[in-house]
Amino acid sequence: MTLIDKVLGREDTRSLTMNEPHPHSWLDAGAQGVIGQPLDRIEGPLKVSGKATYAAEYPAQRLSYGVLVRAPFGSGTIRDVHADAARALPGVIDVVTDYPSFIRNPQQGGEQKAPTQGVQKVDYHGEIVAIVVAETFEAARDAALRVKVDYEPRDGAYVFAAHRDQAERPAPDQIPPHLAKGDVDAAMADAAFTIDATYTTPSQNSAAMEPHASIAEWRDGTLILHGSYQMVASDQMQLAAALGVGKDQVRIISRYVGGGFGSKLGIAPESVAAAIAAKRLQRPVKVAMARQQVFDATVRRSNTEQRIRLAADATGRLTGLAHETLASNLPGEDFFEPAGIGTQFAYAADNRLIDHKLVRLNWLLAGSMRAPGEAVGMLALEAAMDELAYAVGIDPIELRRRNEPAKDPQNDIPFSTRLLIPCLDRGAELFGWSDRKPQPATDRRGEWWHGVGVAAAVRSNMLQKSSATVELTTDGRAIVSTDMTDIGTGTYTILAQIAAETLGLPLDRVSVHLGDGAAPPSAGSGGSWGAGSSGSSVYLACEGLREKLAKAMGVDVEAMTLKDGRAIAENRAVEIAELVGDGLSVTGSIAPGKQEKLHRQASYGAHFAEVKVNAVTGEVRVERMLGVFAAGRILNAKTARSQCLGGMTFGIGAALSEELVHDPRNGKVVNRDLAEYHVPVNADIPQIEVEFLDERDVHANPIHAKGIGELGISGAGAAIANAIYHATGVRVRDYPITCDKLLAELPPI
Amino acid sequence: MKTFGYTRAGTVADATRAGGRFIAGGTNLLDLMKLQVEAPDHLVDITRLDLGRIEERDDGGLSIGTLVPNSDLAADPRIIDRYEVLSRALLAGASGQLRNKATTGGNLLQRTRCYYFYDTAAGCNKREPGTGCEAIGGFNRIHAILGTSDACIATHPGDMPVAMRLLDAAIVTQQPDGDKRRIPIGDFYRLPGDTPHIEHVLQSGELITHVELPPPPPGRQVYRKVRDRASYAFALVSVAAAVAVEDGTITSAALAFGGLAPMPWRDPAVEAALVGRPATEAVFEDAADALLADARGFGWNDFKIPLARRTLIAVLHEVTQ
Repeated sequence: MTLIDKVLGREDTRSLTMNEPHPHSWLDAGAQGVIGQPLDRIEGPLKVSGKATYAAEYPAQRLSYGVLVRAPFGSGTIRDVHADAARALPGVIDVVTDYPSFIRNPQQGGEQKAPTQGVQKVDYHGEIVAIVVAETFEAARDAALRVKVDYEPRDGAYVFAAHRDQAERPAPDQIPPHLAKGDVDAAMADAAFTIDATYTTPSQNSAAMEPHASIAEWRDGTLILHGSYQMVASDQMQLAAALGVGKDQVRIISRYVGGGFGSKLGIAPESVAAAIAAKRLQRPVKVAMARQQVFDATVRRSNTEQRIRLAADATGRLTGLAHETLASNLPGEDFFEPAGIGTQFAYAADNRLIDHKLVRLNWLLAGSMRAPGEAVGMLALEAAMDELAYAVGIDPIELRRRNEPAKDPQNDIPFSTRLLIPCLDRGAELFGWSDRKPQPATDRRGEWWHGVGVAAAVRSNMLQKSSATVELTTDGRAIVSTDMTDIGTGTYTILAQIAAETLGLPLDRVSVHLGDGAAPPSAGSGGSWGAGSSGSSVYLACEGLREKLAKAMGVDVEAMTLKDGRAIAENRAVEIAELVGDGLSVTGSIAPGKQEKLHRQASYGAHFAEVKVNAVTGEVRVERMLGVFAAGRILNAKTARSQCLGGMTFGIGAALSEELVHDPRNGKVVNRDLAEYHVPVNADIPQIEVEFLDERDVHANPIHAKGIGELGISGAGAAIANAIYHATGVRVRDYPITCDKLLAELPPI
Repeated sequence: MKTFGYTRAGTVADATRAGGRFIAGGTNLLDLMKLQVEAPDHLVDITRLDLGRIEERDDGGLSIGTLVPNSDLAADPRIIDRYEVLSRALLAGASGQLRNKATTGGNLLQRTRCYYFYDTAAGCNKREPGTGCEAIGGFNRIHAILGTSDACIATHPGDMPVAMRLLDAAIVTQQPDGDKRRIPIGDFYRLPGDTPHIEHVLQSGELITHVELPPPPPGRQVYRKVRDRASYAFALVSVAAAVAVEDGTITSAALAFGGLAPMPWRDPAVEAALVGRPATEAVFEDAADALLADARGFGWNDFKIPLARRTLIAVLHEVTQ
């Protein structure tokens, strides 16, 4: 904003704090007809033609190449880094170590302080301790393997089971680790039916297509970092703090991100190492982590051990519900996998207990991965609900119906909206659930057992502070600018749709500029809040522009229709370009308020799965899946569907194949490539159907949309686990459900 | 990846005398070079050699040029008609993209997928003799239960070689002095013993030029692969079978196994337990007993013993139906 803009009134701001419901939305009143449409991604042609520049693809003068060096041990103190052999290689510029400044592990999302720093004392195998910089990538890679790290070993904690008894309660966070109401033990003692079962889930890796990568370049004391990050504004603060420079001296640019899933919420070791090396060598340094390094030294989803207790009366109504979770993390890291988060409000029960404890291990950092909490928590809760349905002898959908709470059972506040039962009912209809035979292990076709399963999806909705500037240019185009990121979710497109609908512009007259830390700070991509938060900021900016256009036209804003680039009111139609003078610009800002305290806001869904299990080998194949979801307004039916397809695919991986294995002797990740860390491949994914229920949430934000990126994974794997039980009569509680675990329980052929 | 020299060979003789590691599809070697698990000083590119044809042999078998891509071999009508087990095995391996690049000779020499072999920070006698075997006492879910040694428990990861072992293929080579050898596949691979880094009998500079398939064995052919995901996963257990039955009696049986051993596994005792006997569950159990008599698990891979038993019996049911 320039002073002259301010004086001329061309710059303006429009802010909203969600203290009150916001029933009106121009998106409902818009005449352009683009909101909600299943439009292709506006940046799609750039991506498929290779023109979308990802972090490692920017040119720079005198660019050098960095390759990170790991600590090849699980716990100890570095005596020395022997780099002479590496430095002697042709093309090698230097080997840079900076024990105090290198980061031990990535930072969590949204933090404003530096991640844990200091790498002389090594806490996990693969920790990044040095960087080799060379004129070519090939020379740097060769040299990095010639660096020898000499160290004094120290005992480490490498086995979860061996240390689980020393679990500690984590510090209170935004998510409370402990919630209790009533007396679950007493409810269990008095119950007609009880389930007391322990489920385990392994460490997982996001396995984003694009590995973490940065190009660091210092210009006049300011660091320009092209990175692959989800939350530019807080990442800039983290990086500045780690480097000991002012927060105005770091600018992160993250225009395109090839998947994040939480692994790029906070800064990772490559950014700090590249920045330090670039400063020391006075040249730009590019670092793209190898896939193995992404597995070794970025972030994992914690393994969990979850004990679920359900107490029910004779009709299946829950009287008690306990969800106690053990997760793991590095010493000093407070993040805990909040597996009980969905259990807070999923089902009614007077007596409730949700608890989380942390086991300290010398494994790489545990942090957010797609739907932290629900992704693994619902694997346990929804399998336990299935077990209860069989115990009571009622349909699993009916069991959920009987336990539908009228209000948030933990906080005694109303739901903003809650369409869980309609999702289940609609899904049952589409899936043909009524054909299901109640008894398990009754459908054998040749070598294959067939079965179907259902599970609920819940995911808390969140709103975060976010801002965006929308400019109307003299030729009648709109330019949206915010540091919001598009991590493959469709942000570019939905922001363009919101602006086009609100301003009455054809989509091709809206440009969206994302991921530049110099633009207004946004919520970033995380926690499924991106669309609702950044979308609201764009909406507010456009709302401000509408008023300016109405004023310029001399009409009441309510009476004005914007369509196809023209303003229409009082029997006049004027080109928008003729109303903008020298150009108009408004910055919109949204902030969470009382609404999130007054209402439980969440999105809901229902997963249905049909599987077949080979009676000889225990191999599981998913035959078909259906997800029905309610997540407020659907901004783009195509990108929203893609989000759900991706989430359900994650669910298939979690149920059947994904497991990050830590060596019991040193904690290192054993299966550190995509050949051995088994994300699902195309052949594992059947026909998946997705349907959305029509919904608006006026308590959520002015665009009435709720989070969707993590909803699709919540409960998806449980539906598969439940289908496996229905097929075989075997309940495997140790995820993933690989053939060896089923084999142990399957009858002789 | 270390800096390396590169030669493109124009003739087989040139290739054998160029003094380097042969490279064709590079689907395995390049990956290993990037990790510096393999660090050859010199690569000899053999992709321009005239070794890409599949030809009929006088004895009714086929000769397969070493450069025939896995995809082409799997789709060849002669293979599909006469050696269905080979086509099935090829299509069960890797992914479409990899099969387009991977070649016949190279696939025979594919190296193990042992996690510790792939990680240069780990001890591995196969990668670096004398550094121990971290798979023993570590995570060894994909490892071998037959033919292991105290030095190495890695599996051979291939599918195609299992079918070729079943078919009694012969590997035809040329040495730097021009001599040619015809090595029965049963003599081609070596068990790890104390020298797990030596996986086969090829000498330095010796190039696989062809693989010869004898006429197909009698009976039906089946290839069955058990794996953790539906594609792009190595076999936990695979069974290749060619079994003939007359009047309820097994008259001929050939069986080979993948995922169980450091090389494509074939055990005459398994076949002896079947031939001349009725095609019944009890006989199949005997064959499984013969296969697994010396099987040894290492903890995580113990399940392969019952899995191999069940899979073998199911395959025998299928192939004798």
